[in-house]
Amino acid sequence: MGVHVEIIGAGVVGLACAAELLDRGASVTLHERGAFAGAQACSWFAGGMLAPWCEGESAEEPVIRLGGEAADWWERHVDCVVRNGTLVLAPSRDRSELRRFGQRTSHFSELDGDAIARLEPDLAGRFSKGLFFEGEAHLDPRKALAGLTERVLAAGATIHFSSEVRASDLSGAVVLDCRGLSARDELADLRGVKGEMLLLRSRDLHLGRPVRLLHPRIPLYVVPRADGIFMVGATMIESADRGRISARSMLELLGGAYALHPSFGEAEVVEIGVDARPTFPDNLPRVIRRGRVIHINGLYRHGFLLSPAMARMAADAALDPARILENLHSGEFA
Amino acid sequence: MASFYGYEPKSRLFLGTAQYPSPAILAEAVRLSGVDIVTVSLRRESGEGGAGQAFWSLIKELGVRVLPNTAGCHSVKEAVTTAHMAREVFGTDWIKLEVIGEDDTLQPDVVGLIEAAKILSDDGFSVFPYTTEDIVVGGRLLDAGCEVLMPWGAPIGSGRGLNNLYGLRTMRQHFPGTPLVVDAGIGLPSHAAQAMEIGYDAILLNTAVAKAGDPALMAQAFAMAITAGRQAFEAQPIEARDMAAPSTPVMGKAFLS
Repeated sequence: MGVHVEIIGAGVVGLACAAELLDRGASVTLHERGAFAGAQACSWFAGGMLAPWCEGESAEEPVIRLGGEAADWWERHVDCVVRNGTLVLAPSRDRSELRRFGQRTSHFSELDGDAIARLEPDLAGRFSKGLFFEGEAHLDPRKALAGLTERVLAAGATIHFSSEVRASDLSGAVVLDCRGLSARDELADLRGVKGEMLLLRSRDLHLGRPVRLLHPRIPLYVVPRADGIFMVGATMIESADRGRISARSMLELLGGAYALHPSFGEAEVVEIGVDARPTFPDNLPRVIRRGRVIHINGLYRHGFLLSPAMARMAADAALDPARILENLHSGEFA
Repeated sequence: MASFYGYEPKSRLFLGTAQYPSPAILAEAVRLSGVDIVTVSLRRESGEGGAGQAFWSLIKELGVRVLPNTAGCHSVKEAVTTAHMAREVFGTDWIKLEVIGEDDTLQPDVVGLIEAAKILSDDGFSVFPYTTEDIVVGGRLLDAGCEVLMPWGAPIGSGRGLNNLYGLRTMRQHFPGTPLVVDAGIGLPSHAAQAMEIGYDAILLNTAVAKAGDPALMAQAFAMAITAGRQAFEAQPIEARDMAAPSTPVMGKAFLS
């Protein structure tokens, strides 16, 4: 009889931990407060970019290193991973942003206007310089959450939906707390960083890969999904508010999309998404062991990028109580 | 040390708190540079209902004096409302007043700035106005109740340094007794040193540190440059001249040819 692990939270972290534990022969029970996987998780609104090198522009080394595991892991577990790379562009007046981005990152090639047009024909003539991160990937977060749910159920996991519990309510020998921002009741230095996103539908425009548009004030990205849907994201606001988008944010997101291509002006606004990302003061994730409870939290804007590595560490911790966990903390407040 | 509304900071570097890779890196930059005044921008939506409380707690934990700012406000009303919210959140009468008049250059709307400065000064605020190097506007801001002026070096975030050195010098000479802070546009420590060399009292910057590859190291570099520039000012620099003036005495030198 293998180890049994109880997991609280079926957002991207909880589901990734469940899948990893099942891969390793453990049995798993999940408790999710929402009616389905992702229903109340901030991963529902994620961009789904598996872009460790691009993130290196502002994120610290562990994000790049651990994020490097993501694309392979996701490809092994769901069927919606697209490996088309990431395109980074800047309007000509913000060319210095592109240079800055290039100085802070690696694993890209520089493209001129013709090369950009070959990669993304619909952007022909619009940009004369860009960076192409060929090794990066992306996925559709909602499909990935559904795919992972199916997979863990098929592997014998039990998921209790609409079940809001805390670790103290559970009697299991090992409990993984993957509640995200709700775990603020036990992790005092967890804070929310608000993100707002839009889903637009355009039948006129086709993109093969996520495009990041650099701008000193509103760096934004557009991720293509099936059926003409584009995810436009995302703001970063020091706020735990999960409820509403401001007119200013909406203007910034739409203005950015329109600057990428004017045909977004005709797009249908399909959805407005708002949530707060669970974040520690160093913006890095943590696996914290407290007796039989293991917290996996603080994935910030890197839920899909880092949950494979965090699931690996969490499974190590869950299956081996003596395991010493890697300390990812950085700098002050650690 | 210059006095800003009765407070004499240990450091002449005032640091903005936006755009860092993480609050932890911001804290490291503050600690390593010895800064003791930081600015924090407030957005309406974070103020209402205390949704931004967690980040402000981190700022308060830094143990430094907070100068809240009205960054991104485009009207007098918006700036005044934000200032009141800031007073409530941070428990300080200090306010860095920004009223933006133009979106591409983020140039101050000096007309709105004077109006808002008067309203806030009358209401008991200690106003640090983000202005241009225009000395007439500077005079009006002092009339409105400001005791500090903060002219731009260049547009916010542009990193271009001191765009109008002549204008900034004139401003310094025109307001000899007023604490003057170059706010915005600084890109390199040498820009900051230059402003200090011509007699400015302090430098307020954000992007040049926050967006550097190693923000904490850059904050230290700025702190040293600002100290160097201030010491140079106090040491009374020599005047430039057209021809060489040998530093070794020529008297008594042997003529061999």
